[in-house]
Amino acid sequence: MAKIPDDERSPEQLWREAFDATPQRDVPFTTLSGTPVEPLYTEADLAANAAEQIGLPGQYPFTRGVYPSMYRGRLWTMRQFAGFGSAEETNARFHYLLDHGQTGLSTAFDMPSLMGHDSDSPLSLGEVGREGVAVDTVEDMTTLYKGIDLGEVSVSMTINAPAAIMLAYYVVAAERQGVPPQQLAGTIQADILKEYIAQKEWCFPIDPAMRIMGDMIEWCSQQMPRWHPVSISGYHIREAGSTAAQELAFTLKDGLTYVEQAIERGLDVDDFAPRLSFFFNAQIDFFEEIAKYRAARRIWARELKESFGAKNPKSWLMRFHTQTAGVSLTAQQPLNNVVRTAIEALAGVLGGTQSLHTNSYDEALALPTEDAVRLALRTQQIIADETGVASTIDPLGGSYFVEALTDKIEAEAYEYFKKIDALGGMVAAVKANYPQREIADASYELQQEIDSGRRVVVGVNAFTEGDEGQTALHRSDPAMERGQVDRLNAVRAGRDSAAVEASLIKLREAAAREGANLMPLLLDCTRTDASEGEIVQALQEVFGNYTESPVF
Amino acid sequence: MTAATSTQKIRVVVAKPGLDGHDRGAKIIARALRDAGMEVIYTGLHQTPEQIVETVVQEDADAVGLSILSGAHMTLVPKIVELLRAQGIEDVVVTVGGTIPADDIPQLEELGVAAVFTPGAPTQEIIDFLVSAVGKREPR
Repeated sequence: MAKIPDDERSPEQLWREAFDATPQRDVPFTTLSGTPVEPLYTEADLAANAAEQIGLPGQYPFTRGVYPSMYRGRLWTMRQFAGFGSAEETNARFHYLLDHGQTGLSTAFDMPSLMGHDSDSPLSLGEVGREGVAVDTVEDMTTLYKGIDLGEVSVSMTINAPAAIMLAYYVVAAERQGVPPQQLAGTIQADILKEYIAQKEWCFPIDPAMRIMGDMIEWCSQQMPRWHPVSISGYHIREAGSTAAQELAFTLKDGLTYVEQAIERGLDVDDFAPRLSFFFNAQIDFFEEIAKYRAARRIWARELKESFGAKNPKSWLMRFHTQTAGVSLTAQQPLNNVVRTAIEALAGVLGGTQSLHTNSYDEALALPTEDAVRLALRTQQIIADETGVASTIDPLGGSYFVEALTDKIEAEAYEYFKKIDALGGMVAAVKANYPQREIADASYELQQEIDSGRRVVVGVNAFTEGDEGQTALHRSDPAMERGQVDRLNAVRAGRDSAAVEASLIKLREAAAREGANLMPLLLDCTRTDASEGEIVQALQEVFGNYTESPVF
Repeated sequence: MTAATSTQKIRVVVAKPGLDGHDRGAKIIARALRDAGMEVIYTGLHQTPEQIVETVVQEDADAVGLSILSGAHMTLVPKIVELLRAQGIEDVVVTVGGTIPADDIPQLEELGVAAVFTPGAPTQEIIDFLVSAVGKREPR
C-alpha cells in the first residue's frame, strides 16, 4: 500500500482504507465506563487550543501536573491505609509500615467508629475492630500514634460523619505529645456529601452534617495551617459502581459545593482552598483513568480561578491521593490481583498523583495479611525506582489518545454539572437521589456486561481454570471486641462523669444555636474523655438521624 | 410448577445487616431478581437482625438474601437464623453474599444457610438458585 505518485488520497485515507479492509476482533471497543474508543487518534483529535489546554506542569490549567518538578523533585507519598483491631495492634502495623519505607500514615477506622457508635453499643456487635481500628475515646487515639512523632509524620484519617470528633481526638492526642495543632500535617476525609451518595456511613441528616463539616473547615483554616480538613473523595463513588466521568463530576461538584459553603460563611476562598485535597480511584482501564486525573486538575483550576475568583495560584491546584480499585479485585485466582493493582497504580502515577495506596491481593477475601501489604508497598517501590516512569514529567502529555480522552471526560463532567445545577445544586441533587440513581444504573449495566461475558474479567468469566484456591488470610481475634469494651469501660470508670455531662450539655446547646462553631466544644468534650458514641448521641438529640430511601 | 411461573411468585427480602455501607452488590442483586420477575423488598442499610427478621415475617418472604462485606457475618448470620427459628420460621431460604472466606462457608451452611455467594458470582446463578431452592420447599 505504498503511495503511488498520482494517488490523491491522503495518508489518513490510505490508513483508513487499509484498516477497514482488515477484520477486527469481535469485542466491544469501549472503555470500562462505556466510552467508545477509536482505533486510532491523530493530531486531528486534539482541541483547536490544545497547546493552551495541555500547558506545562505547575502552570495553569495544570493538565500536566500541579508542580513544576513533579516526581523529578519528589516521589509521590506511599501511603498504605491500615487499621484493624485495637489501637495497639494498628499502632504496631504503623510502626511496621514506617520501618519498611512507607512515608506517611493512613488510618482506617472500624464500622462502629465510622457510624458514631461506641464499641459496647448493641449495633456494634461483631463489627468492632473488623474493617479498621476501634476508637472510642481520646485514650484510643493516643495509643494509636504512640511512639510516632505527630509533628513529623503526616497522618491521613479516613472518617467522615464523625470527622470533627476524630479530629478533636487527634488534636488532643497530639497536644499530649506536646505538638500544637499548628504543626500537625495530614488529612481527614470529612467528605460528607459522598457518604450520602456512595459510602453510606452517616450520623446526621445532610444539612446539619454540612454545618459540622463547615465548622471544622473554618476552625482548621484558623488553627491548622498544615492540615487538609477535607479529602473530597471520588473513590467510594467509583467503588459504588459509577463511571469515570461520574466519579469526576460528582466529586468535583461536591468540592465546589464545599467551596460555596465556606464562602457563604464568610471565609475568603484563598484562606482555605489551598488546603482542599482530593481522593480518586484508580480503576483498571488505564488510559481512561489517566485522562480522568488530568481533566480533574483542569476543571478544578478553571472553576476556582474563573468561577470563584481565587487569586492565590495554590487555590487552583487539585492535589490528590489515589487508591487502586477494591472492586477490581477478584476472590478467584487472587494472585491476579497483584497485576491489576500494579497497572492501576501505574495509572495513578502517570496521572500525577501526590500519594498512593496500593491494595493487597487478598482483599476480596478478607483484610490483608502483613505479607500481602508488603507486596503492595513493594509494587509502588518497583514503579518508582525500577520502571523509569518517574524520570520525566507527564510522559503521556501530548498523546493524541490521552489528550482526546481528557477533553471528552472533561466535557462529560460539565454535562453533569449542568444537570446538577438544574436540580438546584449538589445538596438538592443528593436529596433527590440523583447521583445515587446514576451510579446504580451504571453499576447494573457493568454487571450485566460481565454476566453476559461481553466484558472479560480474567479468572471470573474467562480463563477460570487453575484457581489456586486458598491463600493465607488475616483472621480477627474474637477476644478483641471484649478487650475494646473493657478498655472503654475502664476509661468511663476513671473519668469525672460530671465534667463529661457538663461538656455534652454545652455541646448540645451550641448545636441548637445557629452560627456557633462546634469545634472548640468538641475539643472540650474530648478532654473530659467523652466517648464518640456519647458525643454523637448528644448531637443527634439536636439534629436527628438520617434514613435513606434507597434506589435500585 | 415450572421455573418461569414460580419465579413470578417468589418474594425475596434483600437485606443489609450491620454497619457496612457497601450496597453495590445488594442493589445489583435486588434489581436482577426484580428483572427476573421476583418481588423484591430491599431493606436498605444498617439493619439490625431484629429488623430484618421482622421484615421477613411482615413480607411473608420466601427467601432472604443477606449482604455482608464487613467481616461480621459470623456474628450477624447466626443471630438472624436464630431469630427466624424463634419465630417458628423454618422454610425461608436464607442466602448470604459478600466477602466470606471459604473457611466460614461450611459453618454458615451448617447453621441452615442454603447458599453463600462470594464476589464474582454471576447474577443468573443466584436467580437460578433461588428459583430451584424456593421451588423445592413444601407447598405453604
